[in-house]
Amino acid sequence: MMNLMEALLPLFVAAPLFLGAVLLILPRTHPLQYIVATGSLLAVLAGSISLLVTVSDGTVLAHQISLWPEGIAIAFVADAFSALILTAASLVALLSFQYMAVSGESRSPSIPALVLILVGGVSGALLTADLFNLFVFIEVMLLPSYGLLIFLSRREDMAGSRLFAVVNLLASTLFLAGIGLIYAIQGTVNLAALAGTGADPATAIATAMCLSAIAVKAAVFPAHGWLSRAYASGSPAVTALFSGLHTKVAVYVIYRISAVIFEGDSAWMTAILVVACLTLVVGALAALGESNIRSLLLFQMVSGIGFILVGVGLFTPEGLTAGIVYMVHHMIVMGSLLLVSSAIEHTYGSGQLERIAGLRTREHLLTGVFVIGSLSLVGLPPFSGFVAKYALVLASADAGLAILAGLLLIVSLFVLMAMMKVWANMFNGKRHPDVEILAAEERIRTRNGLYDLAVLDPEEVAQEAARAVEHLEPPRGSHRNESDPHQNRGTRVPVALIFPALILGGLSVALGFGGEFLVSLAEQASAGLIDTSDYVKSVMGR
Amino acid sequence: MSLALSIGLLAAAGVFLVLQRGMIRIILGFILLTHAVNLLIIAAGGVARRDAPFANGDTSMAADPLPQAFVLTAIVIAFAITVVLATLAVVSKGDDDTEGGPKSKALDNEANKGGDLK
Repeated sequence: MMNLMEALLPLFVAAPLFLGAVLLILPRTHPLQYIVATGSLLAVLAGSISLLVTVSDGTVLAHQISLWPEGIAIAFVADAFSALILTAASLVALLSFQYMAVSGESRSPSIPALVLILVGGVSGALLTADLFNLFVFIEVMLLPSYGLLIFLSRREDMAGSRLFAVVNLLASTLFLAGIGLIYAIQGTVNLAALAGTGADPATAIATAMCLSAIAVKAAVFPAHGWLSRAYASGSPAVTALFSGLHTKVAVYVIYRISAVIFEGDSAWMTAILVVACLTLVVGALAALGESNIRSLLLFQMVSGIGFILVGVGLFTPEGLTAGIVYMVHHMIVMGSLLLVSSAIEHTYGSGQLERIAGLRTREHLLTGVFVIGSLSLVGLPPFSGFVAKYALVLASADAGLAILAGLLLIVSLFVLMAMMKVWANMFNGKRHPDVEILAAEERIRTRNGLYDLAVLDPEEVAQEAARAVEHLEPPRGSHRNESDPHQNRGTRVPVALIFPALILGGLSVALGFGGEFLVSLAEQASAGLIDTSDYVKSVMGR
Repeated sequence: MSLALSIGLLAAAGVFLVLQRGMIRIILGFILLTHAVNLLIIAAGGVARRDAPFANGDTSMAADPLPQAFVLTAIVIAFAITVVLATLAVVSKGDDDTEGGPKSKALDNEANKGGDLK
């Protein structure tokens, strides 16, 4: 069984890449597009779960590509950490794709193919044990991402896509330069062969160059500003997809490099800890100033990256465990919240907080999912956020950093304030009289081809809006509301659009109640990061 | 030394161009930057040894093939991304700016004044 799993490791990359290429050939309305894409995303998820089961006892699986001798071959490695993150990433990718299928975005040209190629790149980046190969897989992730952002952006707003491409290219170039320097000093870029070389100052500086490049991709302070501007221009569903993949892969790489090359060298880890604290404070404060639900959530994501990096900054077994738990929790909850915001933006045509008011009385299911997600993000029981934050605060206190534990709690308060802002403006409050016009405009645009530029005829929009108010019944159980201009009739978010977010929200609840399960997996993962000898042994064969 | 100087020159020119606002200059800047990094990787393999590896069974002066493989890969990737960036520079309405203003839809502004759907 173990040998079979080892031999199948490259399939996590090869199968999505190949099937993505096949989908590019098929016509875009072919039913196989959806079936093949969903099927292979399900297969990647199933594969990563079985991988997780196999490695959850601490074994490390490694496959030497083309069966070259160990140390010469480029190895694919799976340990508890990579399997856990791969599982969470493929789950978010699957559900985001389901959302795109329901919202019609996946019918734009070549979207399913691009999603598959993106997932192939993510698996490669998570599984490879070679720095140059990592660079290649990050590029494999980025190229379809440019496509997704561009195809699903409004044509008049390319600035965000350009920013995304430019920032990521700059970071990749820096990363490549760091790899070149590491090769110049050590003569190898095999991660396992580089284990412990961080003690050498020259190697440490070259590696720090790689780390800073990756930190830009992870949107760590002071390079955090690009994230909300770049992601806000694309389609909201793409934002949800990227949130679970791009920044989290970057954080994974920071964890891995810190553990293997630096072996948790306290001077470097302190630097990471300081940057992480700045990131989590700045992200949470910036979120308070946003007036658009997506930008607000994106700054929460920046803040979350800070929380995750606190774990590696502490570099104690408890700290790493807490950081990994937080990472999984954050992928799930952020995916859920961003899919909620996607559903709102897709249906109502705007994510501006004050324009879309009064969702609470009309969208019961959506409100429920949003409440679960927000409370989990804040860190209240019984959700997964509580387990993650409790572990993180406890780990900081254990490491003798009471002030850090206090900071984490205060920042959680800021997160609560930001989510209350969304609640007060978007879910509470009186419904805006123009909301139907915006929604009608969005529907017409969707019908005409998603991101068409053409200026719409105001008459047509008004008619569409009036038709919606006339034909769409108010939700069941809602009482007549005199303050609502349309008496609760009109546009509502389709249940199918809420479903992916609901599944992720439910998972957050499940992981809150069954926190023990996630923590034990994360403990196994952090043990592999503290003691990297198994990792090195399976890659180098000694 | 000449290699180090060329890397430095390319990197400096690249950084200057990348800091501009227009997309075309940024693309040119990235071309220079990737060349700088490619030269850096070639330099990492050592430039003193540059013979073919299996020519006469003597490998003491053979060039290191690994950095060359790296650079080959990096060139291909950089080429692909340059094409993507060039596409990004033209797909829009006549601007190639990397700064986006707060864009709102036409009806959005009208609705702001207060719609008449009551």
